[in-house]
Amino acid sequence: MTAPTGASTGYRVRRLRRSALWTALPSAGVVALLAYVPYVLERKVTDTLVDFFILLVLATTWNMLAGFAGLVSVGQQAYIGVGAYAVLVLAQQGVNPFAAIPLAALVCAAVSLPVSWLVFRLRGGYFAIGTWVVAEVFALLVIRFESLGGGTGANLPGLDGFDAVLLGAMTYWAALSVAVLTLLGAYLLLRSRTGLALTAVRDNELAARSVGVRVPRAKRMVYLAAAAGAGAAGAVLVITQLNVQPGNVFSVKWSAYMVFVVLIGGVGSLEGPILGAIVFFVLQRALADYGAWYLIVLGAVAVVMAVWVRRGLWGLLERFDVRVFPTGFWLQAPGGDVARPPRDDPPPAPRH
Amino acid sequence: MNWVNAVVQGLLLGGLFALFACGLSLLFGVVGVINLAHGDFAVLGAYVAVLLLPSTATNALWALLFVPPLFGFFGYLLQRTLLQRSLEISPLTTLLVTFGLSVVVQNGLLEAFSADSHSFNVGSLVTSSFKVDEQLQVSYLRLGVLLVAIAVLSVLSLFLARSRTGIQIRAVADDREAAQMSGVNTRHIVGVAAAIAFATVALAGLAYGMTAQFAPYSGSALLLFAFEAVVIGGIGSLWGTLGGGLILGLAQSIGFQIDPSLGVLAGHLVFLGVLAFRPTGLVPARAAA
Repeated sequence: MTAPTGASTGYRVRRLRRSALWTALPSAGVVALLAYVPYVLERKVTDTLVDFFILLVLATTWNMLAGFAGLVSVGQQAYIGVGAYAVLVLAQQGVNPFAAIPLAALVCAAVSLPVSWLVFRLRGGYFAIGTWVVAEVFALLVIRFESLGGGTGANLPGLDGFDAVLLGAMTYWAALSVAVLTLLGAYLLLRSRTGLALTAVRDNELAARSVGVRVPRAKRMVYLAAAAGAGAAGAVLVITQLNVQPGNVFSVKWSAYMVFVVLIGGVGSLEGPILGAIVFFVLQRALADYGAWYLIVLGAVAVVMAVWVRRGLWGLLERFDVRVFPTGFWLQAPGGDVARPPRDDPPPAPRH
Repeated sequence: MNWVNAVVQGLLLGGLFALFACGLSLLFGVVGVINLAHGDFAVLGAYVAVLLLPSTATNALWALLFVPPLFGFFGYLLQRTLLQRSLEISPLTTLLVTFGLSVVVQNGLLEAFSADSHSFNVGSLVTSSFKVDEQLQVSYLRLGVLLVAIAVLSVLSLFLARSRTGIQIRAVADDREAAQMSGVNTRHIVGVAAAIAFATVALAGLAYGMTAQFAPYSGSALLLFAFEAVVIGGIGSLWGTLGGGLILGLAQSIGFQIDPSLGVLAGHLVFLGVLAFRPTGLVPARAAA
C-alpha cells in the first residue's frame, strides 16, 4: 500500500478489477432469480429460505463485529429480541409490520449506543460475557410487561387480512431485501474509509492505532450497524413466525448459530459467512431428525475449524484467488503485471 | 421482617457464587483463557457424579472425593491440548473454542440424560438447619458451601503466595516469557493452574447440585453469575471475587424478597451498575495481573 502512485512511476493502485464486474453481474442475477422464487416454488421452500436469510444476516453482522472490529459478542440476541419486540409494539399501535422492519433496525441502533458505553469497558472475553448479560437483562425486563405478553409472548397483530400465499411471498421478499441490504451495506462499509480502518484494526489493532486510526470510533460504528442488522433479522423472524416468544428471540442459541456459521465459513471476509450459512443450513436440515445432535456436531466442527482451519472453508477456496466481493487493493506495476494482494492471515494477537 | 433472613440467605448464596467465580478468575488470571464453558463444565461435574455414584441412594458427599481430582486431570489435559493450541493462535480463538465446547457439553448432556432436572441425595443434610430465631434459619448445607468457598480461597491464596508451584504460577501469570527464561516449565505450570481451576469448577458444580436441581442447560446462568462475581469484585483479585460473590448473592436475595421474579434481574442490574460507576470493581487488581 505504501508504493508510490502516479504517472511518474507508472505504478497504479486499483481496486475494482474487471473480475469484480464479472462477479457483480452474476450476483445481481442471483438476487433477481431469488426474487422470482415465490412465483414458481411453494410456500414451504420460501419459508425455509426466509430462515436461511435470517441466518445469513446474523452471520454477516457478527462477522463484521468479530472478524473486523475484534469484538466477539455472544449477546447479539439482545438486538434480535429488541427488534422483534419493536415490531410487536409498532404493530400493536397500528403500524404495518413490514414497514416496521426498518424502524426496528433503527430502534436497535439507538439502543445499542448507550449499551456500547457500558460493554466497551470490558475487553476480550469479558466483553463477550458482558454482552450476554445485557441480553439477559433485556429479556428479563421485557417479560415484565403484561401488554407484551409477559413470559409467554404475544401474537403479532396487523397481518390477519392477508392471503396466506401473498403473506408468504411478502415475508420472503422482506427477508431477501434485508439480506441483500445487509450484504451490500457490509460491502460498502468495508470499501469506505472506515472499512480501511477496520481492516487495519483486524490485522493489527496496535499498529492501526499508532498510525492514527480512530479505533474506538470505528468499533462503535460497527457495533451500531451490527445491532441494526440483528434487529432487522429479529423483525423478519417475528413476521415469519407471527408471534414473539421471549425465550426464543432472546436465546443464546442465536449467538451459537452466528459463531458456528462464521467459523465454518471463514472469519474476516464477506464471502465466508455466506458459504458458512449454506453449509450450516444444510447440516442443520440433514441432522434435523437427530435431536440435539446437530448442535453437538456443528459445535465440534466449529471448534476444529477455529483451531485447525482458521480461515474457514472460504480460506481454503481463496487459495484459488476467488473473490466475490473484492475489498482489497491491487497494485499494478508499469509492465502491466498485477501484484496480488497478500493473503491476509491475521497475525497472532499479542499475548499478555 | 424477613429482611434479615434475606441478607443471611444472600450471603450464603454468595458463597456458592464465589466458589464458581474462583475457577473462572484463576483460569483467566494465569492461563489467559475466558472459559465460556465454565458453567457447563460445573454442570458436567454434577452429572459425572450422578453417573459414577453407585446408586441414587448413595450420599452425594462421596462424590467430593473423586470428581474434583478427576476434573483436575481433565483440565490439565484440555489445557495442554486444545486450549494451549488455541491460545497460540489468539485469545479470541480461545473464546470461540470454549463457546463451541459449551454448546457441545450442554447438548451432549441433553442427549445423555434428557432435559429432566436432577438433584443429589445428601441424606439428612438437605433439611437440617439451626434456628437463630423464629424468622431466621440457617441451613448447614448452605453454610457449609460458604465455608468451603472461604477455605478454597484461603488455601489457594496461601498456595499461590508460599508454595514453589504457586510462585511459578504467579510468575507465569505476570510474564510468561520471563518465567520461561528463568527455567519455569511454563506449559506444565499453566496446565497445573488449569487443573486447579477445573477442580474448583467441579467442586462448585457438586455444591450447586446439592443445594439446587440441575439440568443440562443450567450452566449458562452459572457462567453469568460467576462472571458477575469476578467483575463486581475486581478482575484478577481472588479475595475481591469472594466479595463480588457475596454482593451478587445479596442483590439476588434482596431482589427476590421484593418480588420473586426480580431476583436474577437485581443481580444483573447491580453488575451493570458496578460496570457503569466502578469498572475496576471493589478491589482493583495490581497493574500486572
